[in-house]
Amino acid sequence: MNLSYSEEYEAFRREVRAFLDKHWTEADREKAGEAPILAMPRKQTEREAAFRAKAVEAGYLYKSVPRAYGGSEQPFDAFKSTIIVEEFRAAKAPREIPGQGVAMLVPTLVEHGTPEQKQQFIAPTVTGDLVWCQGYSEPGAGSDLASLRTKGELDGDHWIVNGQKIWTSNASEADWMFALVRTEPDAPKHQGITYMLIEMATPGIEVRPLKQLNGGTDFTEVFLENVRVPKNSIVGARGEGWPVSRSTLKHERAFIGGTDYVRKTFDGLVMLAQFTNLRGEPAIKNDTIRTRLVELEARLIAAEFHGKRLLTMSGKKQDTGLAGLITKNATSELQHDLVDLALDIMGDCAALATGEEKAPFSGMFVDAYMWTFALLIGGGTTNIQRNIIAERGLGLPRDPATKR
Amino acid sequence: MDFGLSEDQQLLKATVARFLAEQCPTTRVREVMESDTGHDAQLWAGLVELGIASLPVPEEYGGLGSEFLDLSLVAEELGYAATPGPFLGAAMAVIGLVAGDAQELKARWLPETASGGSLGTVAIGEAESVWDPSGLKTSVSDGKLTGRKPLVPYAAVSDFILVGAREGEESGLWLVEAGASGMQIEPLSGNDMTRRLDDVVFNATPAVRVGGPDALARCLDAGLILISADAFGGARRVLEMTRDYSLEREQFGQPIGAFQSYKHQLADIAAEVEPCMALYWYAAHTVDAFPEQTAKHAALAKIRLGEMFNRVAFQCTELHGGIGFTWEYDLQLWFRRALFDKGFLGEAALHCDRVAEMAGW
Ligand SMILES: Cc1cc2nc3c(=O)[nH]c(=O)nc-3n(C[C@H](O)[C@H](O)[C@H](O)COP(=O)(O)OP(=O)(O)OC[C@H]3O[C@@H](n4cnc5c(N)ncnc54)[C@H](O)[C@@H]3O)c2cc1C
Repeated sequence: MNLSYSEEYEAFRREVRAFLDKHWTEADREKAGEAPILAMPRKQTEREAAFRAKAVEAGYLYKSVPRAYGGSEQPFDAFKSTIIVEEFRAAKAPREIPGQGVAMLVPTLVEHGTPEQKQQFIAPTVTGDLVWCQGYSEPGAGSDLASLRTKGELDGDHWIVNGQKIWTSNASEADWMFALVRTEPDAPKHQGITYMLIEMATPGIEVRPLKQLNGGTDFTEVFLENVRVPKNSIVGARGEGWPVSRSTLKHERAFIGGTDYVRKTFDGLVMLAQFTNLRGEPAIKNDTIRTRLVELEARLIAAEFHGKRLLTMSGKKQDTGLAGLITKNATSELQHDLVDLALDIMGDCAALATGEEKAPFSGMFVDAYMWTFALLIGGGTTNIQRNIIAERGLGLPRDPATKR
Repeated sequence: MDFGLSEDQQLLKATVARFLAEQCPTTRVREVMESDTGHDAQLWAGLVELGIASLPVPEEYGGLGSEFLDLSLVAEELGYAATPGPFLGAAMAVIGLVAGDAQELKARWLPETASGGSLGTVAIGEAESVWDPSGLKTSVSDGKLTGRKPLVPYAAVSDFILVGAREGEESGLWLVEAGASGMQIEPLSGNDMTRRLDDVVFNATPAVRVGGPDALARCLDAGLILISADAFGGARRVLEMTRDYSLEREQFGQPIGAFQSYKHQLADIAAEVEPCMALYWYAAHTVDAFPEQTAKHAALAKIRLGEMFNRVAFQCTELHGGIGFTWEYDLQLWFRRALFDKGFLGEAALHCDRVAEMAGW
C-alpha cells in the first residue's frame, strides 16, 4: 500500500484545480450553494451545461463513456477518479447528471447496446436532455422481480406492450423508460424477459404520481396499454433481458453503495450539531452526541476507504467478491444511523416537519430520515441484499424458495 | 400479586377500542388531519360521552376521579387508532388543575372539561428542548405572564392554557384564558398531522396561578406516561399491520412472512414491544400507588417507549417494501405519530439525564 499520491497525481490535482478555478468561478460556487443530500434529476441550466461540456473535454466527467457518445473516454484510474470527485465537490462544481439515466442506463448501453443505440441515447442522456426512468418493479414483482408480468407481443415491426409498473421514480419527468418486459411466456421465468427502451410519449402510457410517506410525489405508477414499441428498441437479445438488467442493478447498487451522499449527510450533521443548541449548549458539546458522531465518522471513513479499496481492486481487474456485495447495506444503514442521530440532535423539534422554519435547518434532516427508505428498499431491499451477501459472498446454500 | 387489569379496566379499554374502530377508522383520521384545525368536535364529543374527559376529574367536580392507569389505557387505545385531536394536552391540563391548589379555578373549569364544554391544553416546553421546570424562562410578575412556548398542542382551539413558568425562584403552573391580551398563536407544521402544535408567545398576558412545583411536576409526569401509552398503542398497531401484510403479500411463490429471516425480524420487534406494556402500566400505577416513584418511572417509560415506537415504526415500514413508503398506505400515520411521541415533552437524552440525577449518579 502506498497512499501518498505520486507527483503524477499531485500534478493531476493541480490541473483539476486550475481547471475549476478557470471554469467554475467564485460566483458560480456561491450560487451552487448546498445541493440537496439526494439530488433528483432535472434539466441542467445553460451555465451547468457549458461547464460540463468543458469538463468532458478536459477528461473529468463520463470517463467510461466513449468520446463518440459524449463521454471523455479515459483509461480507468481509481486515483484520478477520486481526485476529481474531491476537487469538484470542494468547488461545488456540477458533476455527472444525477439520476437513473446516467447512473444505470448509460453503463448498461456501453456494455450491451448496439452502435445505433449508443449513438441515439448516450450523448443526450449525459447532457441531461434525455431523462430516464427505470421500469422494473410491478405490483406483483418486487423482491421477486423475475416474476414480472408486463408482457410484450411481437406484431410485425412492433412490440405491443401491456401491463403495469410501480414505484417508478421520476416517470412524470422522464422522456424514456428502460423496462423489463416478458416476451417469452413459455420460457422459464428468468429466460423470458426482454430489456426494452420505451418512449414515454408513446400512446397508451399513463403515469399516475404516487404520494409518498414524506409528502413528495417522486415515484409513480405507470400503466401500459397496447403500447407500440419498435422491434429493435431492445437491449441485448430477445429473452436475455435478465442478465442485461443485472448489470443495471449492479450499477444501481454501486450508486446507493457509494459514500458520496453519506459524506454530505455527515458534514451536514456536524453543522447541525454545531448550530443547534440543546439547553443552552451547542449539541456538539454534548458527550453522548460527540461519541455517536465520532463513532459514525469511523464508520464513514471505513466506508470511504473501503470504496477506494474496491476501486483499486476493480482497477486491477480483481473480483471484488464479498467486499463488493456488502456496500449497499453498509452504506444505507450508515445513512440511516446518521439521520437518526440528526433527529436526536433536534431534540423536541423532531416533532416538526420538513419545511417548518422554526425547526433546526428547517427540518431538512426529517426528510433525509424518511428518504432512507428509498435506499433501504430501492434497488433490492436490505433483506434481499442479505441473501446475496450470504449466498454469493459467503457461499451459504440458496434459500429453496428463491432458487431458480 | 396481580399485575393485571381489573374487569372494569378491561371493559373501559374494550369500549374505547370498539368506539374508535367504528367511529375513527383511518379514513376519518385522514379527514380530520387534513382539516384546518385538526380537531373534530363530533369525534371529541363521542369520546367525552365515553367518559374520557371525566376520568381524571375528581367526583366533587362532576368527574369519575378514576385511577390514572385508566386514563393511560385510554391513551393506548387512542394511539392504536391514531386518533386525531387534543386528548394529550387536554388531559395534562386537567391533571395540572387537579394537582394545583386554586379552588376557584377548579370550580370554574373542571366541571366544564369533564362534560366536554371546554378544552384545555398545556404550554410547558421552551426553546432548545427545555422541559425540566428548572430550566424554564417564562416568568410571571403581578399576574402577568411573559415568555415563548414553541410547542403547544392545539392552542388554537383550546379555551384555556396551563403555562409552566416561574415567579421569582418558584416554578409552577398558571392559567391563561383563550383570547387573553398579549398572546399570539402561530400554527406549526408538524410531522404528525393528527396532533397539531402551535408556537405561542405571551407578552404580559394576564394569568392566574394554578399551583406550584408539585402541580407542574405531576402534570409533566402524567404527560410522559400518557405519551408512552400512546407509543405503545402505536407500536402494537404497526406490528399487527406488518404481521397481517406478511401473511397476505407473496413473493417467490410464498407469503413473505414464511421467510425465516422475516419471521425473526418480526419476532425481534414483538420481543421489543411486549415488555413495554408493563413499563407504562407500572409507571401509571405509581401515580396512585407510589407517587414518590412516579418521576423516575414516567421518565423511563418515555425514554424507552418513545424510542421503541420510532424504531418499530421504521422497521415495520421497511418490512412492507415499496408500499410502506406511500402516503396512501396507513402505516405512515403511525410512522409520523412516532416522531411526535419522540420529540414532544423532551427527547430521550433529556430524560436520561433526569433519571441519572434522581438516582444521585
Ligand atoms: C423510493 C423508492 C423508489 C423506487 N424507485 C424504483 C424505480 O425507479 N424503478 C423500479 O423499478 N423500482 C423502484 N422501486 C421499487 C423497489 O425496487 C422495490 O420496492 C423493492 O425491490 C421491493 O419490492 P416490493 O416493494 O414489492 O417489496 P416486497 O418484495 O413485497 O418485499 C416486502 C418485504 O418483504 C421482504 N422480503 C421479500 N422477499 C424476502 C426474502 N426472500 N427473504 C426475506 N425477506 C424478504 C422485503 O425485504 C421487504 O421488507 C423503488 C422503491 C422505493 C421505495
